Amino acid sequence: MAKVTISKKACAVNPLKMSQPIGGALAFMGLRGAMPLLHGSQGCTSFGLVLFVRHFKEAIPLQTTAMSEVATVLGGYENVEQAVLNIISRTKPEIIGICSTGVTETKGDDVEGYIRLIRQKHPHLAKFPLVYVSTPDFKDAFQDGWGKTVAKMVEALIDAPKTAARRDPTRVNVLPGCHLTPGDIDELRTIIEDFGLEPAFLPDLAGSLDGHIPDEFTPTTIGGIGVEEVATMGSAGWTIAIGAQMRAAAEAMTQKTGVPSRVFERLCGLEPNDQFITFLSEISGRPAPLKYRRQRGQLVDAMLDAHFHIGGRKLAIGAEPDLLYDLSSALHEMGAHVSVAVTTTQSPVLQHVATDEVLIGDLEDLETLAKARGCDLMVTHSHGRQAAERLAIPFYRAGIPMFDRLGAGHQLSVGYRGTRDFIFKIANLIIADHEEHREPTPDTWRPESAVALAH
Amino acid sequence: MSSLSATIQDVFNEPGCNKNANKSEAERRKGCTKQLQPGGAAGGCAFDGAKIALQPLTDVAHLVHGPIACEGNSWDNRGAMSSGSNIWRTGFTTDLNETDVVFGGEKRLYKAVREIVEKYDPPAVFVYQTCVPAMIGDDINAVCKAASAKFGKPVIPINSPGFVGPKNLGNKLAGEALLEHVIGTQEPDYTTPYDLNIIGEYNLSGELWQVKPLLDELGIRIFSSISGDGRYREVAYSHRARAAMMVCSKAMINVARKMEERYGIPFFEGSFYGIEDSSDSLREIARLLIARGAPDELMARTEAVIAREEAKAWAAIAAYKPRFKGKKVLLITGGVKSWSVVAALQEAGLELVGTSVKKSTREDKERIKEIMGQDAHMIDDMTPREMYKMLKDARADIMLSGGRSQFIALKASMPWLDINQERHHAYMGYVGMVKLVEEIAKALFNPVWEQVRKPAPWQGASATWQTTAIAQMEAEAAALAADPELAEKARRAKRICQCKPVDLGTIEDAIRAENLSTVGAVRQRTHASGGCGACSIRIEEILAAEFPAVALLQAAE
Repeated sequence: MAKVTISKKACAVNPLKMSQPIGGALAFMGLRGAMPLLHGSQGCTSFGLVLFVRHFKEAIPLQTTAMSEVATVLGGYENVEQAVLNIISRTKPEIIGICSTGVTETKGDDVEGYIRLIRQKHPHLAKFPLVYVSTPDFKDAFQDGWGKTVAKMVEALIDAPKTAARRDPTRVNVLPGCHLTPGDIDELRTIIEDFGLEPAFLPDLAGSLDGHIPDEFTPTTIGGIGVEEVATMGSAGWTIAIGAQMRAAAEAMTQKTGVPSRVFERLCGLEPNDQFITFLSEISGRPAPLKYRRQRGQLVDAMLDAHFHIGGRKLAIGAEPDLLYDLSSALHEMGAHVSVAVTTTQSPVLQHVATDEVLIGDLEDLETLAKARGCDLMVTHSHGRQAAERLAIPFYRAGIPMFDRLGAGHQLSVGYRGTRDFIFKIANLIIADHEEHREPTPDTWRPESAVALAH
Repeated sequence: MSSLSATIQDVFNEPGCNKNANKSEAERRKGCTKQLQPGGAAGGCAFDGAKIALQPLTDVAHLVHGPIACEGNSWDNRGAMSSGSNIWRTGFTTDLNETDVVFGGEKRLYKAVREIVEKYDPPAVFVYQTCVPAMIGDDINAVCKAASAKFGKPVIPINSPGFVGPKNLGNKLAGEALLEHVIGTQEPDYTTPYDLNIIGEYNLSGELWQVKPLLDELGIRIFSSISGDGRYREVAYSHRARAAMMVCSKAMINVARKMEERYGIPFFEGSFYGIEDSSDSLREIARLLIARGAPDELMARTEAVIAREEAKAWAAIAAYKPRFKGKKVLLITGGVKSWSVVAALQEAGLELVGTSVKKSTREDKERIKEIMGQDAHMIDDMTPREMYKMLKDARADIMLSGGRSQFIALKASMPWLDINQERHHAYMGYVGMVKLVEEIAKALFNPVWEQVRKPAPWQGASATWQTTAIAQMEAEAAALAADPELAEKARRAKRICQCKPVDLGTIEDAIRAENLSTVGAVRQRTHASGGCGACSIRIEEILAAEFPAVALLQAAE
């Protein structure tokens, strides 16, 4: 059982963490016709915007209440009101999702109150979907912002069903954590559909940020789940939550609608997928399709082929809790040692990470510890590139942001097939590193003291 | 009035800034903050601007005092290049938590500086103030002063919290910090008559290195670069330079002008984008240095280098002429790069569409820049559908524009090349312009366009989104043609000023109701052109249409 420690440094160096509001904003981007709005100064939005543009290589809908110094001091009602009115007239969204930031939380703006006032003053907005989440930058991290926002969507957008009898057992709600890519979501959709079930994802980034050419271009999100569909999620047969960050949203769903829920903390690896497939088989009453029996065989074979390379590797991993737990466990099960684990925020899954200590810290911690413990594999987001270069060890990019490689949205790690691909990629990185840097020379096995003599 | 607001007022009164000088007294007092539109704003904050301007100083530790968003969401995302230290690419932040917000973050900031000094020992630490600590009253000036004294190292406060205004204000506040705390604090080991400061160039994609070999060849020393590939010490002794070039933007006009005022360093505003501009700039550098004591023969050597480089570049570009025959470019960009790029594209045999461009006087150049600036502004608001139509109507084969229209252009399946900030290629100097032409050829003749425009097998050729979009727009146009009332409404709804959304109808009504005859009066009445000012030229046209006689009179003068 891993112990969770918190870095004592006053100065974070090479941050691993990103802030809550943009995690919340990304969750809103999984809704169709959405315009996320950060209540803060315009930089809060532009930094998030640039980050997502560079990660997804897509136009990103994200607006700002553009708080000035004076507005911040006096309170931001007018800015929120103007922003909402402007967004509605300029971009005709189906929903506006508002996240607070550090600057407006320091002042203590009562945005819920503002929204009530806006609805009163502008009767045509009385029923317009405006969802607000409190996400101060100075607390928690990206995945917390995502989790809170989805929980809030459940509370605000789903209708409580009138009678339990109207439930449709073929419909399944899926609440994916922010560690899943649009590619992962599409993979899960296929798997669930193959059991004859109809999944609905909240949020559904695969509809909006999978990088497609839309039929209709809008300045809001170009896809995702529609507000009207979210409203009916209460009549589904089951809710599946992926990642511990989604537990609160799943519980909110059960509480509001009575739909039973199950949380899968991991979906990368053999055993978690056995559990997942078994569960789908149970709730659908269908045996696992042949396709997945074959995929399972392929994964087992991949594990056998790759264990030569991954076994014994000393892994340094830096990621948000759910991603950290998922990937480090999969690699641990392949024989890698989780030597260094650095994360961004507290989570109940951290104690289950297969290591002695998980540090809530930054990429400087990751680099220093990786060096001290002789790690020879690094997994973290693109900001790890400088550290990996200095340490000269193989580097696998995972998580947000991934700005220096293409295909971030389609990187797969869930399901039998996703796990198989993940394992191949890691093993190939290690093989390439060996070929490029670690082929033996006549001096490889000579004691260091003898090297000088031999030359 | 706090010292920060005093500095901001000072920056707003910058006499070197044309845009500012054009504003009325009342507008100037409101400053740039007025420009931000809740729900309709784009672009960075003042903190972002300050960091953009200073982060290219490569050996400085840049410490961001704020919650995680300010650094965690944005670090290591700039394309500047360093020939030495990499500490500028290291992200340092105090990552303020809830406790700091309640009890104040000054102690944490002080400790953070100490940790940086102990672990990384940089020649200086820059401390960036952000909104949250500014609100809770953290006095970074005092902390920096104490830390400087304690650690015997410059710790420089950069007072530019995000909520004081937009990015360009932050650029200038960064400049003010250099003027106040850095420039003139050290002395160089030696000076020469060939010492040149380069101000406002960030070495994006290493583009400064496309020009540096020529300066090296001429014996001109980049004495201090503020800030691309610059060093702290260079900035500290930059007051001993003989002359300065302010590159491209007005971002740091305050630095150039005040250094002239304080230290008698003459400067000119120049650009290395484009062949003619590069030659002009080299001549101007030589002229200023000679005026400050460099030998006269520098000019002859400069002219020789110019002649050689121009001949080489034009010859390389001319080689593309046969391939580019009949190809059309839609060039949409604001700012100074426009004109300089135009000449090179024309020389390569490309035809420019969408903008009527004639080579002639300096005023014409200015006008072209303005028109292009306005077009660039409008394109931010366009949908891919509209952009596709525009490209189709203009019969353009490729579009060159800033990064923001990238995905719209690409999704419209149009060849596109980035010629603004975020580009991956360096386009400076003579070699840079050849590189640009080469990139255009790569984009234009890529067979991928034919592939991606093909309809899916289950779609008829007539059912692609492109044909649907054109049909929709034609139907809308037909509906307008059939209904004069609707057409008039649509005409009047055309947005003229993008910064403050003001439409044509509002402007026409104001002109008629109050007999307005100048752009200034229209601005005062409707706020149009009160933002970036690029639409002044459109308002002039509207005024001319409303008052043909006045226009004639003005033309006669």
